Amino acid sequence: MLGNLIRDRGREGRRGYTLPKPDTETKDLESILPKKALRREKPKLAEVDEPTVIRHYTNLSRKNQGIDTTFYPLGSCTMKHNPRANETAAAVPGFAGLHPLQPEVQAQGALRIMHELQGFLAEVSGLPAVSLQPLAGAQGELTSILMVKKFFEDSGDDKRTTVLVPSTAHGTNPATASMAGFKSKEIGLDEHGCVDVDELRSMVNETTAALMITNPNTCGVFEHRIPEIAEVLHECGAFLYMDGANMNANMGRFCPGSAGVDIMHFNLHKTFSTPHGGGGPGSGAIAGVERLAPFLPDPAVERDGETYTFVRPEKSIGRVAGFHGNFGQLIRAWNYIRMHGPELRDVTDMAVLNANYVRAKLRGTYRIPYDELCKHEVVVQPPEGMKALDIAKGLIDHGYHPPTIYFPLVVKEAMLIEPTETESKETIDDFIGAMLELAEAKPEDLQEAPTHAPTRRLDETRAARNLKARW
Amino acid sequence: MARFTPHTENDVREMLDAIGVETLDDLFADVDPKFEGELNLPPVLSEYEALREVDARAKENASGLPIFLGAGAYDRITPSAIGAIISRGEFLTSYTPYQPEISQGTLQSIFEFQSIISELTGLEVSNASVYDGANAVAEAALMTARLTKRDPKVAVSKGLNPRYREVIETYLVETVELPYEDGTTDFSNVPDDVSGVFVQSPNFFGIVEDIEAASEAAHGVGALSVAVCDPVSLAILEAPGNLGADVAVGEAQPLGMPLMFGGPYAGYMATHAKFVRQLPGRICGETVDQDGKLAYVLTLRGREQDIRRARANSNICTNQALTALAATVYTALMGPEGLREVAQLSISKAHYLADKLQDAGLKLRYPNAPFLWEFAVEMPDVKRSNEALLESGIVGGLDLGDGAMLAAVTEKRTRDELDAFVEVVRNAG
Repeated sequence: MLGNLIRDRGREGRRGYTLPKPDTETKDLESILPKKALRREKPKLAEVDEPTVIRHYTNLSRKNQGIDTTFYPLGSCTMKHNPRANETAAAVPGFAGLHPLQPEVQAQGALRIMHELQGFLAEVSGLPAVSLQPLAGAQGELTSILMVKKFFEDSGDDKRTTVLVPSTAHGTNPATASMAGFKSKEIGLDEHGCVDVDELRSMVNETTAALMITNPNTCGVFEHRIPEIAEVLHECGAFLYMDGANMNANMGRFCPGSAGVDIMHFNLHKTFSTPHGGGGPGSGAIAGVERLAPFLPDPAVERDGETYTFVRPEKSIGRVAGFHGNFGQLIRAWNYIRMHGPELRDVTDMAVLNANYVRAKLRGTYRIPYDELCKHEVVVQPPEGMKALDIAKGLIDHGYHPPTIYFPLVVKEAMLIEPTETESKETIDDFIGAMLELAEAKPEDLQEAPTHAPTRRLDETRAARNLKARW
Repeated sequence: MARFTPHTENDVREMLDAIGVETLDDLFADVDPKFEGELNLPPVLSEYEALREVDARAKENASGLPIFLGAGAYDRITPSAIGAIISRGEFLTSYTPYQPEISQGTLQSIFEFQSIISELTGLEVSNASVYDGANAVAEAALMTARLTKRDPKVAVSKGLNPRYREVIETYLVETVELPYEDGTTDFSNVPDDVSGVFVQSPNFFGIVEDIEAASEAAHGVGALSVAVCDPVSLAILEAPGNLGADVAVGEAQPLGMPLMFGGPYAGYMATHAKFVRQLPGRICGETVDQDGKLAYVLTLRGREQDIRRARANSNICTNQALTALAATVYTALMGPEGLREVAQLSISKAHYLADKLQDAGLKLRYPNAPFLWEFAVEMPDVKRSNEALLESGIVGGLDLGDGAMLAAVTEKRTRDELDAFVEVVRNAG
């Protein structure tokens, strides 16, 4: 029987690609390199033909679910439809074949796209100082917090050692604070699941560098006291950072810059529909207030008349990527924004409508810890005695990708449902039907689920205990 | 109504009624302050119009020309099969495989990617990829500090891509510079308080460095050695793991990813099994399901930010699954022999070019150092040469700013292009 890895499907000497014939003399490697530098044993890689490669990976893909195959209400991840026009845009040879070190004069079209996208993100956020360089959301966070750190260093303020993080925060927030050399301190919540402003007042002092807030927060609730929070921080000279993972709830409805947010990141792969690719590549552009502009990563794109140039901001924190960011994702996001214009607000409206509809329909069967208006996602809890994990696995058998489970950490048995704006009412109704049906199931029956997926539940302990991470 | 939102007016009405509110505005009653008015963005375009603009922008770039730029991104052949696989919606539109039962495609492709990286580097474990080569280097620097329990401080030389060094420094790691003469790094005097010693091979100037010497120097002062390697070079060069390297990292772009003005690419990271808990990012491992069937799952998750939060070994969440898949498919198509042929073709052509340039009276910056497919050549006026090359429809090499050009040659370059390059540079004086 064939093994299941690509390498098991090969035979020594088989090839899947033919290269051009040499048109210069073949240089003998031993004549130019010291013998000890040369490889003694050839790497054990697959030796396969192209038909086998295509069939192997096509069959692998069929063991995956994506937005293209399935409703995918994964909370906090904004799994919206990925328009194929974006893919066409990114595949245009004039971009795909452009080397990142070609002089600016040879890359004016690319720089113009970047400059325009900087402007679009500044408009959506109300924050003028934009960098497209961060390669993912978590790197956007880190970039922002490093800028804050550099700001204080530059102003000779060496007391700022702490970053505050609400208990609902994504794990990346406290991890980012640590990486940037700050201590992170957790803030509790009020009865709405929002930052407890009284607690915040008692915690903010001259050692506070920033608060990292997510808005709407990870319970899907709008942080309704943002201006007050901003004021508390600003009075103490600290910054308000906003995790923009949930911007799909804000476009054209809430402008972070006008509410006192100082700096934020976007996830272009969430809000602006660039594909998630099985876990990446993402893109984590940031936008900040003018006084943070000198600290932006190197380089930023500037416009001088009809010419676009790369400029190193005066007090830049340096580079966070090898080149200028995940440019392929930037074109996709640019294309998406051009295809929506001011109608981005409709995107937000429909996303919020769908989440509230789910909330209304699940109420009474599922417990809803914060049963008031939600934004683009809603957190629910299974009926007493049932586990989020079992409902999730049951949903797989109903043909759905499960919501995010056990997050946010502050809600026991949390199921975070984010339908996004690109799903029809029928799809959402069917999903709700499945959720209601599962709530009636016997817990012990659900423990068998999934039974209709490519695999049953996995032995995760075994994977960690006897680590086998390669062929 | 926006373009990809299916609801009819009637749907919206029914849903608002179910929620118990009158209007869409009511759904934002809790927002303070509210954004009033309309977003100041250019008007909506149809798909056709938007793509026409994209095409117009693309024409403002100099593209479709032979490229002699390298310095961390290489103009290599990308087989058509890669695009066919990575554009499959099941790969393209899925996310991090938190639900392994319905993510075996992504998980197995990660397992295969890790296997390829382990084979090429000669190190036991690899992660599922990080953002890019520069970030792999910076994460490796942080890793050396955690493993040695020293302050993050690493020894590097001019042979390390300066962009990688900049990212290391952005990540608050101190760098100390080792002497760099005649094209290779002198590792004989490494400070004894560093956490890591970095050696890039082929280095920034295309020259093969002595990874063994770097590793011995690192271990001599209780530090770890980190080798930064172009994965294509590992088809012909000894695996860094066999030369004493503790960590191997690099840029996987040459394995089938388009240049795309700098990204998305993928960084790879590999190390000894005993260091696996300090490896950042996702790791996929083999296991079985309830029925005993072989399957794959993300593992050793206790290292990661969503579990450990402030005490995680990195804040990394996103990896580069799709571009890592491109590298996996590329490597499968090429196999060890094809990869070797890519390296050999590039070397033969690069040396042809270097010989011809020397015949034309130009001098290599490091004439006695062993290079692969990239080399520094001195020119009286690099800027003028590059302008002359562009006029002849050629994208020249990187201006090093000190009277030399760094030229990279891949298997894509033809003898005609190489001859044309020499001709133009000779005449440019």
